[in-house]
Amino acid sequence: MFRNQYDTDVTTWSPAGRLFQVEYAMEAVKQGSAAIGLRSKTHVVLACVNKANSELSSHQKKIFKVDDHIGVAIAGLTADGRVLSRYMRSECINYSFTYESPLPVGRLVVQLADKAQVCTQRSWKRPFGVGLLVGGLDESGAHLYYNCPSGNYFEYQAFAIGSRSQAAKTYLERKFESFMGSSRDDLIKDALFAIKETLQGEKLKSSICTVAVLGVGEPFHILDQETVQQLINEHEIVEEEAPAEQEAAAAADQDAPPADEAPPADQGAAPMDI
Amino acid sequence: MASDMGASYGSTLRYKSVERMKPIGKHSLLGASGEISDLQEILRYLDELILYDNMWDDGNSLGPKEVHSYLTRVMYNRRNKFNPLWNSLVLGGVKNGEKYLGTVSMIGVHFEDNHVATGFGNHLARPILRDEWKEDLSYEDGVKLLEKCMRVLLYRDRSAVNKIQIAKITEEGVSISKPYSLRTFWEFTAFRNPTVGAEGSW
Repeated sequence: MFRNQYDTDVTTWSPAGRLFQVEYAMEAVKQGSAAIGLRSKTHVVLACVNKANSELSSHQKKIFKVDDHIGVAIAGLTADGRVLSRYMRSECINYSFTYESPLPVGRLVVQLADKAQVCTQRSWKRPFGVGLLVGGLDESGAHLYYNCPSGNYFEYQAFAIGSRSQAAKTYLERKFESFMGSSRDDLIKDALFAIKETLQGEKLKSSICTVAVLGVGEPFHILDQETVQQLINEHEIVEEEAPAEQEAAAAADQDAPPADEAPPADQGAAPMDI
Repeated sequence: MASDMGASYGSTLRYKSVERMKPIGKHSLLGASGEISDLQEILRYLDELILYDNMWDDGNSLGPKEVHSYLTRVMYNRRNKFNPLWNSLVLGGVKNGEKYLGTVSMIGVHFEDNHVATGFGNHLARPILRDEWKEDLSYEDGVKLLEKCMRVLLYRDRSAVNKIQIAKITEEGVSISKPYSLRTFWEFTAFRNPTVGAEGSW
């Protein structure tokens, strides 16, 4: 696109009133692997796709516990994400120490957004290249926020970021109206389905995704692989065994699940799509 | 919470109409003993704290527990710098139905309890409260109990002044009563001729 003239510095406006460096930073978020979040009145679920570079290496950590009542899932430059997570943890622990009370998540995201904004207005800095899905509690219940590299933040009922997140967003757009009253387990199920949408044909296994939950009375924790695989099996097998029944039920839950297409001849032996 | 309205300057009963209890935000009440100028400084700190809290305008608010913890940090940090705020503070409040009562001393010692007191109140009032406090005291009975404690303090603490206020904190908010005096009795026969049996007296 013809925008090379005004994109050298973050402190240079384009004639159309845009800061290209900031937009490029948001592009970096879109390149990262998917992360999704959804919330009900009392719980927030964060999930992400964890693809390792090769079978030899370990997965990159994309979900961080910030405090017992706040967690964050990132997409984009994970190094930037780690730094921001450290900042968030620091803020939470300082607030807890002074007030012996948890920092309301709404206030944390504003501080985070202000921190990101600084980097869009200094010639010697660059914007953070990471998008953060922050889930947490405050006095009015559970909340989910999305923090942009631009310094903007929005509250969401459900959201997806990263590559192929549009597929997940489409799924979430169909179901989000029921989320507020969803049970914790239904929320997790919907999260897994949304993650599956971003895989576009690949089989959903617990080894390539991470799921974390937090809620009123439930501190933030990442579900272990076994539990996740169990949940996947619970909900996937139902489809595989009776796909016709499901469609006939007309709940319009989802389209033909991609897992059905590839006959599961070799569980786990299929090479990963990078 | 009850307090009298006296502020001394050493052994002089200098000011006799000082409000030593103040509402803090929507949910808390602060009562203080000690140096009044330091109390005024603390009120300025709390004023700023509550102001910033309100400026968030996000439905969250600092409750009595948070204010108490904040004050503890302030008092303790000043003590560590060998420049204490010379006060004993009582912080009470109600938020979301939960009642809270705590105290902080000038060296940062802090705790919560069902009844707290500062200064001579620890020696004269708390024994009474230990015996007679109950979880389900009505407001009127609570006031009577506090008046009993204040009366004892009035008789026995020479820096006490007979002009007191009672403050009430509920979910709806804080209300501090108008000042009033306690009824006292001085017509003991022993007071009539106090020195009648003493050596060297007339």
